Amino acid sequence: MTDQPVTEPQDRREEEQERGLSQRIGVRQDAVAGAPAVDGPAGGPRGPHEAIFGLEEVQVSYGPKPAVRGVNFDIGKNEITALIGPSGCGKSTLIRCLNRMNDLIPTARVEGKVLYHGQDLYGAGVDAVEVRKRIGMVFQKPNPFPKSIYDNIAFGPRVLGMKGDMDEIVEHALKQGAVWDEVKDRLKTNAFGMSGGQQQRLCIARCLAVSPDVILMDEPCSALDPISTGKIEDLMMELKQDFSIVIVTHNMQQAARVSDKTAFFTVELDDEEHRSGRVVEFDDTEKIFTNPGDPRTEAYVTGKVG
Amino acid sequence: MSAHGEAIGKGSGSRRTKDQSFRVALLVAVGISILLLGVLLVDVVADGSGRLSWDFITSFSSISADQSGIQAALWGTIWLMAVCAIFIVPVGVATAIYLEEYADETKWYNRAIEVNIQNLAAVPSIVYGILGLAFLVRGFFDLGAVVLAGGLTLGLLVLPVVIIAGREAIRAVPPSIREGSLALGATQWQTIWKQVLPASIPGIATGVILALSRAIGETAPLIVVGAATFIAFNPEGLDSRFTAMPIQIFDWISRPSNDVNNYRPLAAAGILLLMILLIAMNSVAIWLRNRYEQKW
Repeated sequence: MTDQPVTEPQDRREEEQERGLSQRIGVRQDAVAGAPAVDGPAGGPRGPHEAIFGLEEVQVSYGPKPAVRGVNFDIGKNEITALIGPSGCGKSTLIRCLNRMNDLIPTARVEGKVLYHGQDLYGAGVDAVEVRKRIGMVFQKPNPFPKSIYDNIAFGPRVLGMKGDMDEIVEHALKQGAVWDEVKDRLKTNAFGMSGGQQQRLCIARCLAVSPDVILMDEPCSALDPISTGKIEDLMMELKQDFSIVIVTHNMQQAARVSDKTAFFTVELDDEEHRSGRVVEFDDTEKIFTNPGDPRTEAYVTGKVG
Repeated sequence: MSAHGEAIGKGSGSRRTKDQSFRVALLVAVGISILLLGVLLVDVVADGSGRLSWDFITSFSSISADQSGIQAALWGTIWLMAVCAIFIVPVGVATAIYLEEYADETKWYNRAIEVNIQNLAAVPSIVYGILGLAFLVRGFFDLGAVVLAGGLTLGLLVLPVVIIAGREAIRAVPPSIREGSLALGATQWQTIWKQVLPASIPGIATGVILALSRAIGETAPLIVVGAATFIAFNPEGLDSRFTAMPIQIFDWISRPSNDVNNYRPLAAAGILLLMILLIAMNSVAIWLRNRYEQKW
């Protein structure tokens, strides 16, 4: 663990980048040396922005059949990338690959390459715990811990052994999560007493407290009312200055409002009637919503098909 | 009045009778168990309340029924429960954690463990007594008929209860809590130790108390293990000989018939004291559950 105070996340990330990626996600040096070459310099930009993630022929299966397959696109630094598409198209499955949350499901299998700064997340010697330290996640339903607001935030920094003044870390994270003003007078009260929208911002703040590189959001607003949703969308726009964000959403307006890039997924049936997800189109959000390249995308974003 | 109005006014006679008769049948079933408990209580209180006094608690067993007390057995039981608790809490909780958090249910040996634990919970207690005698008192450990052997035997007996209760408590913690913790970069062990276990402590504690309240009344395994029936000293350590309350009660009621009228009130008083302990333990379990239970 780094000794850098977490109150300077930007500095810390930059320094870590200098120290090299292999060290960051806990890869053994020999594993790096033996890693297959990737196209272009590791972590180098393939688009106009630097890519955080490069997905190459990614396929995720639960059991024998793939849930989502043939995924190829890059996720850019300091951008919001939205994954949209109908239910069952594998967008949640895919986002859970990006921080190896699918490891928790014994039958889940990931094929292809999930490159994070050029390093394969599923390569030999990569430690999933180290991966999740850098790639945070916010879930569909707010999941605060049954502890005080303060302890919810402090949990991450404590288990990671972060140094620094914990009060400052907590305050900074809650301010970043845009929930400080509402809770600063009741930090020691149980987080279950907060409203749903506040709980979700607490969960975002909790994720920010460990200064991640990327924040994955799996339908973060689906359990919230429109006002809370608006607050979280505003927050996302602020956070993308410092973080890269990937969001799964069922709400197309939300994707159109907040995201820079959009991947549209659809469900395909194979010969045996097995459903699996595929990416139809990945492009700038503006293009996806105004001038999509594929008629299926157009039908979906204009609401002709659900 | 409309046709609908007439219809709801009438009702079906046979359906209502059926409904009522089920209600009565259920009440009778409840009544039988309450009645039995009531008879038992009245009988024991009538016999024993006269003898239940501070002297009874602070005196040792004696040749004379008038001067006999339960002190040695009470302390023996306390020692046994302490040994039992110290054994079952770590082993039971660790097993529950393994089965809930680590075991891959698709592996045959994990399923075998699970089925066997369910079975062990139903094995007659005397079998555990034989096990204790063969491995703890004699055989491999060769401890002798001492507190440690008795407590561990009772511990083995109630271990399945603790494991099952512990698993239920751990399973009640929603997966979203584990995901939230792991997504922050916590290890699996940190997640278990700092999130899952604290949230499941009330359920685990309730299970442990209920297991101990089963162990406190067990007689057969202690007889097999070789608990003394007549001793006039308290246990002084793990390697001390001991007796326990159920053993003492059993000893008193099995006296020869010319003595039985003297000893029966003693036995009843012992039963009363044991029941008071049990009610106290179960009350703590209920209180713990209501006070600390986590609503998700």
